[in-house]
Amino acid sequence: MHLLEGEKVTKYFGGLAAVSEVDFYVDEGEIVGLIGPNGAGKTTLFNLISAALEPKPGIIKYKDKKINGLKPYKICRLGIARTFQTVKIFGNMPVIENVRVGSLFGPLVGLSTAEATKVATELLEFVGLSKVAYTPARDLTLAHQKRLEVARALATKPTLLMLDELMAGLNQTELLEAMELIKQIQKKGITIIMIEHVMKAIMGICDRIIVLHHGQKIADGTPQEVANSKTVIEVYLGETSDAGNK
Amino acid sequence: MDFSNINWKRAAIQPGIPILLLVLVAFAPLYGSGYIVTMFTYFILYIIITVSWTIFSGATGYISLASAAFYGVGIYAAAMFGERMPFIFVIFIAGFASFVLAFIVGAITLRLRGIYFAMFTFGLVVLMKEVIHYWEITIEGTRGHFVIYQSNETIFYYLLGIFVVTIIVAYIIRRSKFGLALASIGENEEAAGHTGINVTMVKIITFAVSAIFMAAAGAVMATKLTYIDPGVAFNPMMSFSPALMAIFGGMASIYGPVAGAVIFSYLQELLMTGSLKNYYMLIFGAILVATIIYLPSGVTGLIQNLWRRFKGARSAPTRG
Repeated sequence: MHLLEGEKVTKYFGGLAAVSEVDFYVDEGEIVGLIGPNGAGKTTLFNLISAALEPKPGIIKYKDKKINGLKPYKICRLGIARTFQTVKIFGNMPVIENVRVGSLFGPLVGLSTAEATKVATELLEFVGLSKVAYTPARDLTLAHQKRLEVARALATKPTLLMLDELMAGLNQTELLEAMELIKQIQKKGITIIMIEHVMKAIMGICDRIIVLHHGQKIADGTPQEVANSKTVIEVYLGETSDAGNK
Repeated sequence: MDFSNINWKRAAIQPGIPILLLVLVAFAPLYGSGYIVTMFTYFILYIIITVSWTIFSGATGYISLASAAFYGVGIYAAAMFGERMPFIFVIFIAGFASFVLAFIVGAITLRLRGIYFAMFTFGLVVLMKEVIHYWEITIEGTRGHFVIYQSNETIFYYLLGIFVVTIIVAYIIRRSKFGLALASIGENEEAAGHTGINVTMVKIITFAVSAIFMAAAGAVMATKLTYIDPGVAFNPMMSFSPALMAIFGGMASIYGPVAGAVIFSYLQELLMTGSLKNYYMLIFGAILVATIIYLPSGVTGLIQNLWRRFKGARSAPTRG
């Protein structure tokens, strides 16, 4: 049984098929990378899984139960958490309050206020934001805001975490820290799907990579397989790419 | 327990001053003239409407212009049931009817955002007015209704009671888990949904709860009018006033809408009775425009900033 499974998942925006008959699966404990050129439908696929959008047609199954048609808050409580490509934090709230919202409302059984504060404090420690716990979230740097989104998502006690371009716009040091963070999250037993353009990160930490192009799945395999796939090189990596040749 | 880090002075002053003020106002009919009592009645009325408007619109950023509709429902409840039962039940009926109306309207309209939501809620005021007008003319064959009479003191104390309940409810919502959910919706609705908050339900319930107090106040104020018709009951000014007063006062704390309502209604009183009454709307408008441009966080925001600057100047050396 796969943890998450999509069958012929399709989404049209007007006449344009943003995601077209994509079959995919994610197994427990994996880190799956989702790559592809801009406009390939990666974020749309995320939105379909997290129920911001509804697939038409297509089926998405989580733990063997159909989940499309549910509201986003239900998806979250089932154990699928996400971050956003453009950060969506609660800017005027203190950092710790952002995380508390996650632990108060995200888990299937909500925590008490005291427990929520405790969990939030621990998670801020985990992502390295303890020092800025009481700063308004809007005053953080982009790298820290992205970490805050991760902490908020983790606060909802997810089984599956979806990271949408966590590394975009980060500098070299921040990039290495973010990769380390993802590995730490995996160690907690959380399954991860991540959209990413930073090839070094993708190749370095993913167990499996799915490649989308014009809404269709064109490859699915280990980093080596994907890096050597002719179609992927043609549409995305480019001929001179040294991706995967570490 | 460790009591050492409780600021006793602060703990005494924070609820102390508002309660003292409340007591002073509560005894107004004993020492004040009829004019003072009436003026205070209007202050309290506008505070109730503005604070309950802020419960929903201040927190979520959805600008509702439906206040007049809920206020009007209260007025009509008083007209329909005022003679048939004790007045306290009339207030409950008004609140309940308004809650149901707001719940239904919220379920339909809260998927709209920004200006569309504002337009639709204002449409509700016009719709209510026209439907009731049509009903009265064609089916009842009358225009308007008489409302039972209540003395000024009775009206004053009923309103004061509603005012206390409104403030307590607003305070509890602000401080509760529910209020945190509401604030996250105001900050970023999409993220709130994906963080496990049932966004639709939280919005609809809050919208409906805020409507209760507007209708309750309407039911009480109806007895002051003694004769009402749809034009009086569904006066659009009742929709604009709370929004303007809340913006003027600032919405960051619960004092903002209270201060906004009092200052605005006093200003209205001054301008309308003084020698400037012909220019009242003009001056009113100018003040509002100036507030939006120069005081984006309202009067209370300004005071807070001044206070922080004052305190900052005093403690600057110690902070190094």
